[in-house]
Amino acid sequence: MDENVAVKVTDLKKWFPVRMGFLGSLFSRKQSFVHAVDGINFEIKMGEVFGLAGESGSGKTTTGRLLLKLIKPTSGNIHFKGEDITTLPEKKLKPLRRRMQIIFQDPYESLNPRMTIGDILSEPLRVQGVVKSEAEVEAKIREILETVDLVPPEEFILRYPHELSGGQRQRVAIARGFILNPEFIIADEPVSMLDVSIRAGILNLMLDLAEKFNVSFLYITHDLALARHMCDRLAIMYLGKIVEMGQVEKIVYEPLHPYTKALIDAVPVPDPTAERIKVVIKGEIPSPVNPPSGCRFHTRCPVAIEICPKEEPALIDVGKGHWVACHLHK
Amino acid sequence: MPLLDVQDLKTHYFTLRGSVKAVDGVSFQVDKGEALGLAGESGCGKTTVALSLLKILPSGGKIVDGKILFREEDLVKLKENQMRKMRWKKISIVFQGAMNALNPLFKVGDQIVEAIRTHEPRVKKKEAWKRAEKLLETVGIEPSRATNYPHEFSGGMRQRGLIAMALACNPELIIADEPGTALDVIVQAQVLKLMSELKSRLNLAMIMITHDLSIISETCEKAAIMYAGKIVEQGDIVTIFKEPIHPYTQGLIGAFPNIKAAKRRMTSISGSPPDLLEPPTGCRFHLRCSHVMDICKKEEPKPIRISENHYVACHLVTA
Repeated sequence: MDENVAVKVTDLKKWFPVRMGFLGSLFSRKQSFVHAVDGINFEIKMGEVFGLAGESGSGKTTTGRLLLKLIKPTSGNIHFKGEDITTLPEKKLKPLRRRMQIIFQDPYESLNPRMTIGDILSEPLRVQGVVKSEAEVEAKIREILETVDLVPPEEFILRYPHELSGGQRQRVAIARGFILNPEFIIADEPVSMLDVSIRAGILNLMLDLAEKFNVSFLYITHDLALARHMCDRLAIMYLGKIVEMGQVEKIVYEPLHPYTKALIDAVPVPDPTAERIKVVIKGEIPSPVNPPSGCRFHTRCPVAIEICPKEEPALIDVGKGHWVACHLHK
Repeated sequence: MPLLDVQDLKTHYFTLRGSVKAVDGVSFQVDKGEALGLAGESGCGKTTVALSLLKILPSGGKIVDGKILFREEDLVKLKENQMRKMRWKKISIVFQGAMNALNPLFKVGDQIVEAIRTHEPRVKKKEAWKRAEKLLETVGIEPSRATNYPHEFSGGMRQRGLIAMALACNPELIIADEPGTALDVIVQAQVLKLMSELKSRLNLAMIMITHDLSIISETCEKAAIMYAGKIVEQGDIVTIFKEPIHPYTQGLIGAFPNIKAAKRRMTSISGSPPDLLEPPTGCRFHLRCSHVMDICKKEEPKPIRISENHYVACHLVTA
């Protein structure tokens, strides 16, 4: 096991059964599944910001939840710092949870409205039993509030989430994520609910904290422009598969997979003198219940060849850690 | 003579806690065949501007001052029955939230037919249906899908359906309220491209309301930046993006990542937008402004003409 690797995912799958209802289950022959995550492999290195990008329904959020063991994988393995955590029993998960944390998308829903900010931040400390006295709890809370720039801390400790703005709430959620000194943090679309002018502040804060505490970071997003400025490496997902993965510069400037190209071309650019967006592909992402055969992108691919509907391309390294799953690149 | 000339528009919401000055003295013009982008954060009043233009404000909302001249006719003065003749035939709107703006109980075709027959009662049902099918074709949807219900449409198709509906009575001005949000990148790009094509093909005037500056840079010729009920800066997009003067415009542009540009640290604007029940005195941005001076706290800056069509409301310009 490479010591430099924080999280390693091997052939991870998550299929959700489709609910059929009573009559459906009587007459239907076969249970169908949503292939949310369908065999993915990747590694997140120590101290790295790894991005997972894709359209809605590509399986990026499910991947995040699988890594934290919030849901059980259908098959495959997850290694965290060399330890296989896939089949870890519930009891052994608790100490692990201190080491991996998540920041959710919507700070309006991820904070309990009946708890004060102080309660929200002290709960993880108590649950994990990492503090010995009330004084220590308070000291920790003050320290973390200062770190996330909610100052002065005493102004916030006794307040409730509804008294804070969206940006402040997300700072509380970040503080909650970092208060246990985790080694790995997942941020799932952490700024998509926030106003443009405060997004950058939240993102910069997360990057600074990740560096300061030397945590490995998984950033899940649909916004490629943000991903480019946040991440060291980036993986592009499509219908439960990783289609391309590599250094963020490589992915943005020299994309190999036709889907990545289309995705990057579709991102609007805030520069009126730049070339306007080209739309090369038609249609929308197909249903993950019956994903297309062979390469899942072949139904929308502008350069599909004969083999694409028949055979699924493997994710292969084309050099310098740039991985792509496309029949055109072998 | 601009097609639409809004002069010092003020729209307030009267609530139990006091009046919310959602739009407080906004002026802009849109010419035929031109697209204006109206950008700002949530709560800056951009949607209220749109609702004011069509006079479809929710209860409590009222235009208290200003003029909305459409072909030199002041819409503010029009009575409701006269206003109904303007809606859809002259000005129409593509509402925010493609997912919820269609009625789930009716076929998409029937909803477009309803839009046509409400505004042109003389049109026969059959004829209206034919027009509905044709409209769907214009926006790139198979005409036979007119008999589908909204749930049978994907997100992008619903947004296209709404655009078709907005086009139903050949309007001269279309207002699009956050046309790209809630759509995936590729679908959003398809929709924006469609809107730009329709604009040039039908010589439409357009107002794009969005928080996403990059959408404006992709689709519009002019941009107006709104903050707390006021337009702080407006001009053609190249000027706005390349030589912004107002600190808020600069901040907003700095906060926007560009996928094609070199990796950099994004900048943010400290603080958050003000409460419009009690907006700050003087320049409304002064609490968040890094160049704040004494005068900013006391006196409200007037829009100053910098060059042709480029207006800025900031004391720094005169200082």
